[in-house]
Amino acid sequence: MTSVRSVLAAGLVVGLLALAVVPACSRASRSSEGAIKVTGSDTMVNLANAWSEAFNQSHPDIALQVKGGGSGVGIKSLISGKTEVATSSRPMKPKEIEEVKASQGKEPKEYIVGRDALALYVHPTNPIDSISIPELAEMYGEGGKISNWKDLGIDNPGCASGEIILVSRQNSSGTYAYFREAILGETREYKQGATGQSGSSDVVALVSKTPCAIGYSGMAYKTPEVKFVSVSKLKGEPAIAPTLENTLDGSYPIARPLYLYTLGEPTGAAAEFIQWVMGPEGQKIVEEQGYVPNPKSSAGE
Amino acid sequence: MSVVSPKSAQQTGQVDARRWLPRLGELPELLIETLIRLCGYSAIFFVFGIFFFVFREGAPLLFNGLNWKEFFFSSNWNPTSNTPHYGILGLMAGTASVTVLAMLIAVPLGLGAAIYVSEFSTPRMKEFLKIAIEMLAAIPSIVWGFIAYMMLNPLIIAATGAPIGVNILNGGIILALMSVPVIVSVGEDALKAVPDSYREAALALGASRWETVYRVLFPAAKNGLLAAVLLGVGRAIGETMAVLMATGNANQIPTSILDRVQTLTATIAAELGETVQGDDHYRVLFVIGILLFVIAFVVNLTADLVVKGIRGKQNG
Repeated sequence: MTSVRSVLAAGLVVGLLALAVVPACSRASRSSEGAIKVTGSDTMVNLANAWSEAFNQSHPDIALQVKGGGSGVGIKSLISGKTEVATSSRPMKPKEIEEVKASQGKEPKEYIVGRDALALYVHPTNPIDSISIPELAEMYGEGGKISNWKDLGIDNPGCASGEIILVSRQNSSGTYAYFREAILGETREYKQGATGQSGSSDVVALVSKTPCAIGYSGMAYKTPEVKFVSVSKLKGEPAIAPTLENTLDGSYPIARPLYLYTLGEPTGAAAEFIQWVMGPEGQKIVEEQGYVPNPKSSAGE
Repeated sequence: MSVVSPKSAQQTGQVDARRWLPRLGELPELLIETLIRLCGYSAIFFVFGIFFFVFREGAPLLFNGLNWKEFFFSSNWNPTSNTPHYGILGLMAGTASVTVLAMLIAVPLGLGAAIYVSEFSTPRMKEFLKIAIEMLAAIPSIVWGFIAYMMLNPLIIAATGAPIGVNILNGGIILALMSVPVIVSVGEDALKAVPDSYREAALALGASRWETVYRVLFPAAKNGLLAAVLLGVGRAIGETMAVLMATGNANQIPTSILDRVQTLTATIAAELGETVQGDDHYRVLFVIGILLFVIAFVVNLTADLVVKGIRGKQNG
């Protein structure tokens, strides 16, 4: 039974390697101590990376270190003092604000840096063009009655059974929480049995391979292999396409603010970065990344 | 080269060794011995360390506040709703269904391959196959996940007409392919351990090769083959990344092989990253970790006892 033993030995070696690698990683991050750490939302990680690149060109002396992980991770890092700037696609909860005050002695400061419109994606062969929020609630909500494309009067040629495959996010994601709030309201739960994906682009990738599916994700994640569905507030009202203009004028119904948080009033390099993000250059990148920049009149906070 | 010279070289070698080894030899030997002993003990240390850590994070909820009845008998897994529900019946059904399907595919395939490699293949073919099987074992699980997602998914839709191709069937196939190398290599060892005299006796009695395998080798290597299967089961239950991508992650009790399911491991992987450290959702994921630990322990212990069974038999 040498094999049993060699399997165990291999496991041990892998374990030891992992232990050797972990401290190496933490050393690497410590060596770049001068960098401003920007940690948080997966939705915003591409945006933060684009900011970082452009900011670095005009401010070569200030380095930014961008990390994803999720809005919760960003806020958690702010609470433990591991990041200067937290990115988040949801506002901080009162409990989290208390925790920041308790552990860091400072009130978190909030900036809205733009807006993210959640788009509904379907496979390009699906003939559906528009859907209403009550219909979406019947699809995604607990006890909802719509489970087949035929219930919507849609004959979906790529989907023989007609069964609607709901694509959702994992339940700890900020996008998951926001979509529930926007579609189902404060109290209604999601239907069990939706397919939870671990990333914004995973949702789009799965929909692009699945003619029966519908999924929600940031409108920045559109690829040629999927199709947007316009959304109306109520059945019979005009359906609004997820575009920059429609989000900015407030007509697109599923849009949310994107936040940055700092510990108290930022100072030094962090302050410079925030000011740059809220200014024309940072806001231009928000638009380039497919999000909706702040209206020009209320530039600032 | 004369006949004498190697002999004389051997003699000088012995002289050298006698002169040097006692002085220089002792210290390095002691060091290496200690080092190797520490390496051996470290496995115990890591296992207990990991169990302690997982248990410590899960314990506050485990003993205080977890609704056991809901945990095991409800499939309502809704940890981030306003009134959170932690029912893992659907997740356990997910893990069980994918593992059972994977074993239905992997056991015949793996044992068949083990029999072929051990009993029927030519020595050259045997070397080639063993390298190929090791390569199969070396493919990272995230790559299996990609295969599941990008290749198997559309294939399953096209072949079965299912509305979506990431489901139990997909996860089962991927996990089967991942467990086959374990089953083959342990199974082959078990067959190899059967003394040749058994085969010779069977053939001498006029048994065909298949009869030899079926009537003589199988009973003789029974325990080793069972251990191979159990290690394969352990591999399948513990796998995370690939099933996260292959099974469709939908918490429901499946009624067909084409239903999507969510496994215990995938739930931890998908949700732990964004939970708030120390809250109930975080802790309940560690309680699932404890459950997985217990399952893995039982499977490995069974495999171990079964392997010990073989040794006892061979010695006795």
